[in-house]
Amino acid sequence: MYRLVLLLWALAAVAQSPKYGVGRTPTPDEIHQWSFSARPDGKGLPAGSGSVAPGKEIFTNRCSKCHGSAGQGGDAAPLVGGRGTLNTAKPLKTVESYWPYATTVFDYVKRAMPFNQPGTLTDDQVYAVTAYVLFLGRIVPENAVLDARSLPKIRMPNRDGFVPDPRPDVR
Amino acid sequence: MIPIHRIRRRQWLGATALGAALSACKQNAPVADEGPRLLGATVRPYGERSEFETAKRLLANDRYLEESQTRTPLGESVGILTPSSLHYERHHSGVPRIDPAQHRLLIHGLVDRPLVFTVEDIRRLPSVSRIYFLECSGNSGSEWGARPAATAQQSHGLASCSEWTGVPLSLLLAEAGIQKSAQWLIAEGADACKMVRSLPVSKGMDDVLVAWGQNGEPLRPEQGYPLRLFVPGWEGNVNVKWLRRIEASDQPAMARDETSKYTDLMPDGTARIFTFIMEAKSLVTYPSGGDKLKPGFCEISGLAWSGRGLIRRVEVSTDAGRTWKDASLQEPRLPRAFTRFRLPWNWDGSEAQLQSRCTDETGYVQPSNQQLTVLRGLASTYHYNGIKAWKVAADGSVTHV
Ligand code: HEC
Repeated sequence: MYRLVLLLWALAAVAQSPKYGVGRTPTPDEIHQWSFSARPDGKGLPAGSGSVAPGKEIFTNRCSKCHGSAGQGGDAAPLVGGRGTLNTAKPLKTVESYWPYATTVFDYVKRAMPFNQPGTLTDDQVYAVTAYVLFLGRIVPENAVLDARSLPKIRMPNRDGFVPDPRPDVR
Repeated sequence: MIPIHRIRRRQWLGATALGAALSACKQNAPVADEGPRLLGATVRPYGERSEFETAKRLLANDRYLEESQTRTPLGESVGILTPSSLHYERHHSGVPRIDPAQHRLLIHGLVDRPLVFTVEDIRRLPSVSRIYFLECSGNSGSEWGARPAATAQQSHGLASCSEWTGVPLSLLLAEAGIQKSAQWLIAEGADACKMVRSLPVSKGMDDVLVAWGQNGEPLRPEQGYPLRLFVPGWEGNVNVKWLRRIEASDQPAMARDETSKYTDLMPDGTARIFTFIMEAKSLVTYPSGGDKLKPGFCEISGLAWSGRGLIRRVEVSTDAGRTWKDASLQEPRLPRAFTRFRLPWNWDGSEAQLQSRCTDETGYVQPSNQQLTVLRGLASTYHYNGIKAWKVAADGSVTHV
């Protein structure tokens, strides 16, 4: 019996250990440096904070050329407006009308915007410009201060608007 | 073997009006020995196609060509494989220039042993080669609206088929010791916007590849060189290119490209999220929009594919869907790859309407436009897979319907 247990334990250990031994173990610091991703429950949001007023300045200097002075759209998509249009013949999908999570705004702007200079905003600037976009979308008040604690708490207008994939739906 | 009508059509398309007139004369000239011959070109280290061939990817009329797409010339496709140079593209922040010696893939999160792989590491591990289609979920999206695109390339060109070579992701996840609590994989690219998508671990453990090869050579830069995720049968965007990081997670990232984009808005205002599978689709590629037919024999030919597996049947109609005939399916027929279908046809010179309808191994039948729009309305943008029709006018011109 004891031998059997020992054998099973050995087999389990083999199954869990790497088979090829290719690749190396990263340091925790390396993982941290490499792995920015902010998700709806706030995990991954960095330290720092930002508010609407500095966000407006950043938006004017770094975003408005493409998205319009008040986020209404230009060369690039509108970021606000369209609330209440999703079930109409002319739906307008924006951060305000469509996006289910505020954390996605931070995640996306930090990784991808400004479009022609991604990765050039500090975390404080990303919090601030996120606050301004959400203010433009009438989702946060003018005195809002966003950080890793407050951002995940924001409830987006279309938070409950998404349903799982029912396909095949044509039968 | 390229059918003879195709060669004629290629020459027709490639030539100027004068050239076409001349080559038409030449085609009618008697076949004769041309006497002394010049030597051909010398050998060369990397091949190019014939200077007489002109099929090209079609660029979109977009404001930023880094955030844009190109379409495969399906109307001129031959067989089931797309040359890498004609494979469709969709990028969100341009094609990065990556030195494979500098590139790394990190696997971390809910794993027992986080790992960093070099490209050399990946290529040392056991790889497989598989032929799979890849399709953007926005493909044939113009068919939702009242103005469908004019050619097969414009309407359906965001789909291509290649042989992909890579290491099964399941092998890498086992190597890292993925934990039971991991439900999602968050995959990130090394492009300027570090594009990110989430996919369920169940798919990752099934048939997903970390691909490094395409059609017998390393991936093209625009296909993710040096490493990409390849997710058979699932929408293009989740096949993250320039793959640099995979995080095992208990939750999806809810990234911009799986919430704001690549979600399907329904008439009631709700949107379907994580609509990964590309359902069965087919289209006649010859004759198709922009072609000009002469009466007489013409082999109808086209492509069918399904994200759920094998194509079991393709039916073709030449009378706007009133009657259907089974097309022959060319071997090899492979799951989640293009299947080439063919049907001999004698065009009698009267108006005709060509359609194709495929059935996959699950029994799913490609729906009509009406079946789709009744259920999903006109604003869902993605995942259109309805039957495509081409009109052949009495003068032989082929146009979209
Ligand atoms: C040079 C033009 C340009 C600038 C400057 C720019 N953007 Fe963008 N933005 C774009 C383009 C183009 C896209 C679409 C990218 C894509 O689809 O991959 C986009 C997309 C977005 C989106 C997603 C929209 C949606 O509905 O999915 C957000 C949010 C956004 N930008 C915010 C910003 C913010 C905030 C700034 C300033 C910090 C900014 N952008 C600066 C061009 C720009």
